[in-house]
Amino acid sequence: MTTDMTLDAPRTPHARTKRGINWEKWGWIYMRVSGVLLVVLIFGHLFVNLMVGEGINRIDFAFVAGKLADPFWIVYDLLLLWLALIHGTNGMRTIVNDYVANARVRRILHIALLASTAVLLVLGTLVLTTFDPCPAGADPELVASFCEDIL
Amino acid sequence: MATAPAAEVGAVQEFTVTVIVRRFDPEVDAEPYWQDFDVPMYSTDRVLDALHKIKWEQDGTLSFRRSCAHGICGSDAMRINGRNRLACKTLIKDLDITKPIYIEAIKGLPLEKDLIVDMEPFFASYRQVQPFLQASSKPEKERLQSIEERARFDDTTKCILCAACTSSCPVFWTDGQYFGPAAIVNAHRFIFDSRDEAAQVRLDILNDKEGVWRCRTTFNCSEACPRGIEVTKAISEVKAAILRGKP
Repeated sequence: MTTDMTLDAPRTPHARTKRGINWEKWGWIYMRVSGVLLVVLIFGHLFVNLMVGEGINRIDFAFVAGKLADPFWIVYDLLLLWLALIHGTNGMRTIVNDYVANARVRRILHIALLASTAVLLVLGTLVLTTFDPCPAGADPELVASFCEDIL
Repeated sequence: MATAPAAEVGAVQEFTVTVIVRRFDPEVDAEPYWQDFDVPMYSTDRVLDALHKIKWEQDGTLSFRRSCAHGICGSDAMRINGRNRLACKTLIKDLDITKPIYIEAIKGLPLEKDLIVDMEPFFASYRQVQPFLQASSKPEKERLQSIEERARFDDTTKCILCAACTSSCPVFWTDGQYFGPAAIVNAHRFIFDSRDEAAQVRLDILNDKEGVWRCRTTFNCSEACPRGIEVTKAISEVKAAILRGKP
């Protein structure tokens, strides 16, 4: 008679559970780290856009184009986009886990969250990295001042 | 001899309290229902006395657990006016008796009858964290510990396993696989005990998908604990210990 030994012998030490990446742990750490960074990034963004100089009145296409011509602001906005979107999505996932008891509905909502976040991340990254501050044939009045040399 | 004054100063007041209990008999009822009782009470009485009066004088079928009736056995945790409390530690005078007192079983555990729930899932996760001292040394006499080392885990030694915290936790309500605050509190009690040698094992167990990371720091557990344990703080200390890799 053959029997599978599935029971541990007495006094066998606890075996470390084998697993890949501990998503729950890294998710938890991500929320804290990104939260701290976002506080700095968001208030920096609001300060530069709304408080410095003429404040909100100078925001137009030229202002945004000027910012996005500078690699510093491209990196800044990319960080803001990725950190905030993933932070928000993970928060939504948590809320779905808390309130949706039906496994199927939960799965559908999780997939919808993942898909919408992926689309927004790709679109946002595309805009930030391929943005042309001096579109050809644009009214010189509307574009940034440094475009005169190019156009 | 002076005659007894009509209204003696400090006399115990008597009044009628409406108690609404969520009843359920699995052999008769398909769904739980609310039943109200008018109970004559004194200001010195507790909610447990109200339940006793109902069971002894009005309706003998009312079922609830209680043992010591003095806040240490952890048998009579229930949801009183929407908050998890021990019936034996909740005084009638601390409640607003102009309104009815609502009493129901604790949430998140299978309801068996009236105010009694199946505690087995709760104790199963308690057993999983290995809540016992594990040490390889065999000292001649006692295992020595400094006052500071003892103070490190003093708060979590106070747990009476009443399940008030775990059954107030919104994560536990929707995710029955979550260890729950009580199991983590009892793991904390041994993780930070200088005499214990299996802290790493417990940290590994609680680093699980359904472990401490499920905690959302809503503080429901700390608010519910009848022993005043800072449950959320204890859970956060276990999280920090897992990240450090040692207690």
